[in-house]
Amino acid sequence: MTRQQSATLFALGLLLPATLYILSIVAYPLVDTIILSFTNAALRPTYDWVGWANYQRIFGAGNFTEVIIRTFIWTFFSVATKMIIGTCGAVLLNATIPGQTVFRILTMPPWVVPMAIGIFMWGWMYNGQFGMISGLLQNFGFLDRPFPFLAYGNSAFWATIVTDVWIGVPMVTIYLLAAIQSIPKDLYEAAWTDGAGRFYRFRRITLPLMVPAMLTMSLLSLIATFNSFDIIWILTQGGPSGSTTTMIIDTYKTAIGSYKYGEGAARAVVICIFVSLFCIVYFRAVRQFARGAAR
Amino acid sequence: MTEVARNADIAADAPVAAAIPPRATARRRSAKPMIDRYRWWEVVGLYAGIALFLIFVLSPFIEGFLVSLKPLSQLFSSPYSFWPKNGSFQAYFDMWRSVPALGIHIFNSLFISSVVTLIVIAIVVPAAYAFARFEFSGSGLLLGAFLAVNMFSGAVLLIPLFRLMRSLGFLNTYWAMIVPGAAFLIPSSIWLLRTYLMRIPRELDEAAWADGASRLYTLRRVILPLAAPGIVVVAIMTFIGAYAQQFIFALTFNSKTEFMPLPIGLFGFFGRQEVLWNELMAASFVGILPVMIVIVFLQRYLVAGLTAGAVKQ
Repeated sequence: MTRQQSATLFALGLLLPATLYILSIVAYPLVDTIILSFTNAALRPTYDWVGWANYQRIFGAGNFTEVIIRTFIWTFFSVATKMIIGTCGAVLLNATIPGQTVFRILTMPPWVVPMAIGIFMWGWMYNGQFGMISGLLQNFGFLDRPFPFLAYGNSAFWATIVTDVWIGVPMVTIYLLAAIQSIPKDLYEAAWTDGAGRFYRFRRITLPLMVPAMLTMSLLSLIATFNSFDIIWILTQGGPSGSTTTMIIDTYKTAIGSYKYGEGAARAVVICIFVSLFCIVYFRAVRQFARGAAR
Repeated sequence: MTEVARNADIAADAPVAAAIPPRATARRRSAKPMIDRYRWWEVVGLYAGIALFLIFVLSPFIEGFLVSLKPLSQLFSSPYSFWPKNGSFQAYFDMWRSVPALGIHIFNSLFISSVVTLIVIAIVVPAAYAFARFEFSGSGLLLGAFLAVNMFSGAVLLIPLFRLMRSLGFLNTYWAMIVPGAAFLIPSSIWLLRTYLMRIPRELDEAAWADGASRLYTLRRVILPLAAPGIVVVAIMTFIGAYAQQFIFALTFNSKTEFMPLPIGLFGFFGRQEVLWNELMAASFVGILPVMIVIVFLQRYLVAGLTAGAVKQ
């Protein structure tokens, strides 16, 4: 055995525990989801192969397409808002002013505290009768009576987006801040020497060089937002009357709420297909940027 | 990747600059390069922007804390008042009676996160070393496959995971929350630690090899001691991740109160008709406390860790 071969064997040995763990807890369930989606599995121990029946049922019912469209609208507005606020935040936190470090630390809490607990606080803020948002809007005269944000379909839809944005913004901000800081300082100095103003430098140096990081982050954020479960489940459980039911919530309700494992698995497979597509785009984009940076 | 490492260094250095005493800072500011100087209205604009940004980020915590100080009678009264009138910490004492299992929930949360962290570290250290040091055909593909795990949430795989947990007999035990929880934290931990290990010079491995040390001995006696700070960062990040994400597995795979982590324990409390909001917020703050302590004491590692963790590729 050559040294190279023994090194490879050693490396594979080191990777064995991680690989086995992921195979059994992630890969096997993924395959199992696909198999289950072709069966009528439910609470009873036995089940039969039903072919494409589950898929025909979910796409035939009509409301599934509605759920898919709703999920995309919800995800789009959430990701777009996160990116806008995150970019502004990153630029502001990059400014060399006293208090910079403290401000950066204060950005992190929504990201690192238990997600569910942050969402409980939003649940209170959205409370119609006594909550902070409705209360402050009344105190300032924007509303003349209490408004329960989670009780109406439209407002609940936007309220869950706002909470999702709140949870996602710190990560986007910190990531884009790192991207801004990796821009070589001499570019700014050269532009400054030539008499370029701050805004001009921002528009012609910072912004163009941030684009790869912004695209990467949008895709990462897209995948995370698409999979978002906790926020909607805690605030509205998909209600009122289905107005916040995204694909994940829909799958959970079908599978865990109604014990229709087979049909739930079919819905999960559709999510997996979308996520895989995002994944492919993401990995391609990253490779593209890496090649661009090398050049 | 080296770029990220450099950012991490910059971020880690920042607090050092902030720790310089006031007089020295004043002198430093005058020595600040011209390019970084702002006009007064620019400074005002920056602070206003940051204030607006931080209000959005922190308002739920501020409101939550003020609510925890308000007596219930003030909470359920109109018109709304932001500041507590004769506020007290009473809710922080009453909550232990309203939620008798609160102490157990807090313990469970910490216990589950700790076990998850131990499992993840035991699995990730060898894997990260393999990815950092050995080039074999397919290593890039395998690393990509690990990272792709990050893209699937536990919610999508819930049905087969439920069946798996049932057949393993893990339902309604700690394991039902620990085993799947750890799986989804492994990929980013591998990535984070690999980045760290790649900064340890390869010559050290080769020197050990030349001295006749076995590969395992080199890993144990040469690399691990040098990698200790990196492993600590990964452990902290894993712990925070495990602590923050306790919801869906605990909600679905466990129905026993004595095993419920804090978020699920409070979720039951949250769903009731008459919610004791002040006590719920007080209990939430107690739940946040461990993370806050970590942030305050270890923030310089945290910035580096979070940034490298976010930069998946």
